[in-house]
Amino acid sequence: MNRKLTIADYPLAETQSASIRGARGKSLDEITLSGVIAGDVEMEDLRITPGALADQAQIARAAKRPTLALNFERAAELVDVPQDFIMAAYELLRPGRSKSKDQLLDVARIFRETHKAHRMADFIEEAAAIYERRGLFIPRF
Amino acid sequence: MDGVLAHDFDMIDAFIAQHHLDPAMVDEAMSMDSGLVARMLVDMNVPREKLVRLAHGMTPAKLADVVSQLNALEISFAYSKMRARKTPGNQAHVTNAKDDPLQLAADAATAVAFGFDEIETTMRVSRNAWSNAVACAVGGAVGRWGTLFQCSSEEAEELRIGMAGFTSYAETVSVYGTEKTFIDGDDTPWSKAFLAAAYASRGIKMRCTSGAGSELLMGFHESKSLLYLEARCLCLQRGMGAQGTQNGGIDGAPLTATVPGGIRELMAENLIAVWLDLECASGNDARSTESEIRVGAKILPYLISGSDLICSGFGSILAYDNSFNASLFNGEEMEDYLVLQRDFEADGGLTPLPETKALDLRSRAVEAISAVFEELGLSTPTADMKQSVVVASGSDETRSYSPRDVAGISEAIKKREISVIDVIKALAKRGFAEEAENLLAVVKLRVSGDYLQTSALIRKGRIVSAINDPNDYQGPGSGYRVSEERRLELNSIRDVLDQKEVLRSEAQHEKEEAKRIQYRVLGPATKGGDAKEIVIGISPAFGLKLFQTTAGHRLSAVLKGLKEAIEKRGLRVRVVRFMHTADTSFLGLSAAGLSGSGIGIGVQAKGTAVIHSRERLPHNNLELFSNAPITKLEHYRAMGSNAAAYALGEMPEPVVVPTRGEAMGARYHARVALIYAIETGLTAEGAAPEEIDVKFTSAKP
Repeated sequence: MNRKLTIADYPLAETQSASIRGARGKSLDEITLSGVIAGDVEMEDLRITPGALADQAQIARAAKRPTLALNFERAAELVDVPQDFIMAAYELLRPGRSKSKDQLLDVARIFRETHKAHRMADFIEEAAAIYERRGLFIPRF
Repeated sequence: MDGVLAHDFDMIDAFIAQHHLDPAMVDEAMSMDSGLVARMLVDMNVPREKLVRLAHGMTPAKLADVVSQLNALEISFAYSKMRARKTPGNQAHVTNAKDDPLQLAADAATAVAFGFDEIETTMRVSRNAWSNAVACAVGGAVGRWGTLFQCSSEEAEELRIGMAGFTSYAETVSVYGTEKTFIDGDDTPWSKAFLAAAYASRGIKMRCTSGAGSELLMGFHESKSLLYLEARCLCLQRGMGAQGTQNGGIDGAPLTATVPGGIRELMAENLIAVWLDLECASGNDARSTESEIRVGAKILPYLISGSDLICSGFGSILAYDNSFNASLFNGEEMEDYLVLQRDFEADGGLTPLPETKALDLRSRAVEAISAVFEELGLSTPTADMKQSVVVASGSDETRSYSPRDVAGISEAIKKREISVIDVIKALAKRGFAEEAENLLAVVKLRVSGDYLQTSALIRKGRIVSAINDPNDYQGPGSGYRVSEERRLELNSIRDVLDQKEVLRSEAQHEKEEAKRIQYRVLGPATKGGDAKEIVIGISPAFGLKLFQTTAGHRLSAVLKGLKEAIEKRGLRVRVVRFMHTADTSFLGLSAAGLSGSGIGIGVQAKGTAVIHSRERLPHNNLELFSNAPITKLEHYRAMGSNAAAYALGEMPEPVVVPTRGEAMGARYHARVALIYAIETGLTAEGAAPEEIDVKFTSAKP
């Protein structure tokens, strides 16, 4: 989608039901009960895409909610990141889980290099700096 | 910021400075007088948008300083003006003490029918999470689609359940106002913000949780005010990019309610949330008091100002089944809540539900979840289990699964990686096509992500959020208004009493009375000359359309009691029906006027009775029983005896009907007004009194 979305485009499911697509490219109109019964629709078809999150970010920004938009943009980067890595990264962001700043910076690097998740990488690097200053790399159990 | 130098910032300060504060607004917002901003909050002419922009340039201390200038009424008004979405909503807790999936499905269907926009479950035994999730997802798909659902459990497990498609939102992402509490909560602002993005990346709606008292409960409050700490939490949440919050003292509400001004503080923190432009599930969650008066008082500001989700957990089940612990409102208080909506013509998000419809939906939900369990080879519930759940008001009354049975089902769902697709297929295969469609429609929400925007919920199959339903309050006539259609819904509470209903119930007594008493009209009544005569004046509908007093005494028994007591003193009774009045005083005075002794008794069908003397002014009677609902037959007998005594020139001790402070008006006035209208409907101006021959036809009237 090239045109910049505005709040008039909301909700996308109503204004663009033919062009909003799930992770395997099925449009909303194609995700039907008969499709589920026939085995044509799977969980994968019900996953949000980075594109849809980017669209929602545009709408959030148009609605003057820039922080919500940034969250959607970070989320867009996480869509294709495997669940196990997401949970592992979350764990290392909790207090006292990472032994050192470097351990968190490694997580940031994987986000940046492997998953092209630049915003999330920046965010984790920012956390690493604060954690170091506030002494959060001390094991808690 | 707030008196702390940047290099001394703790992680909360640092996060707020980095992610919440809008540098373009800080100078303007921080230099404004707090009193002036407070006045702007309650000024309907200052647009919400302008105030939101200012809030984004304010520090936690500034936000707290502004709202602390407002009294409770002003906070409530400002809340009504500042909340993000126009249409109010509500959230239910659906849980039970056995984690019984049949009951969860039935109660979820019931909650959906009451109109809850979101339902939240949790477990007594944590490994039952998957079973709870499937049961509520299926039950929540009965009747209509669009109720969002969450299964409150351990962070990682909750996200997995969401990814399997069973849940559609989460609100367990807790944040705290001091660094030490945050760390003890085992998170940081960054780890929580990471989770917020993770939920969005899975297409799951998310809000944070915070609230006064949590830092106090967890032991690290840094001697800062409850409101300031909560303002920090809320700035954090906005900075994280959460669309909304659940606040208003959640688990800390009972503690906060013990502090002077605590409830006002809870209102103030909700106001800061909506002022920051966050969706607000406004607490009214954990029961903060045992006092029913304080419960009613607590909810009122929210009911009349409206809120995105008035309760962030109205226990739609009985209190003992609430696995989050009792809510401010539980199933026990449902009727009261519905009546409060009607009283104030305020939309609290719920709609009265007729009992027969509830039973149909419960039965459908139990059959649906049973079909899913059978189809997926998880379990086969018996007919007795199912029936016991459909009619149960709580788990004490069910003969269904035990928590241990449930653990087996739950672990199988998890282990076999059953997803919502499998459940939808099972529903469709077993003839629950409508429920399958409804469930699919909820899961489809995550593809477009529209419901990730601020204050989103589903109404009548359409997404309604702060974007397409923004609060546009600008004074009377604007903002959310209860439509005529909605007003009729709010009013449709069962047990409506009208004149037809009163006459129908009276007619049931007519036949019984006919066996005991006969009234025969002898002709026009004239003035008597016998000094040993007392006239009893009865009202127009007495024994004709109305047959018992509001205390439930048969009118034949009342009349017989009066008559026998008078005769016992050697006097004679004459019964006269007056048709020109139904008023007790005038019945009594008119009776006295016709009475040879000058003493008369007036008695209405509802049981109000008076002794009158011909010599007295209408409202200056000798004795009066004004509280008919608590007047006993022995009192009527005593009244007859006293009337005779007055006729004999004695000065008896007046009969007093003792009252214990019963709310007579509240209990009886609706019925009394209808009964009295039946009486007055039979009166005619100038109608002559009729002499009645009363014959008691049964030994036991």
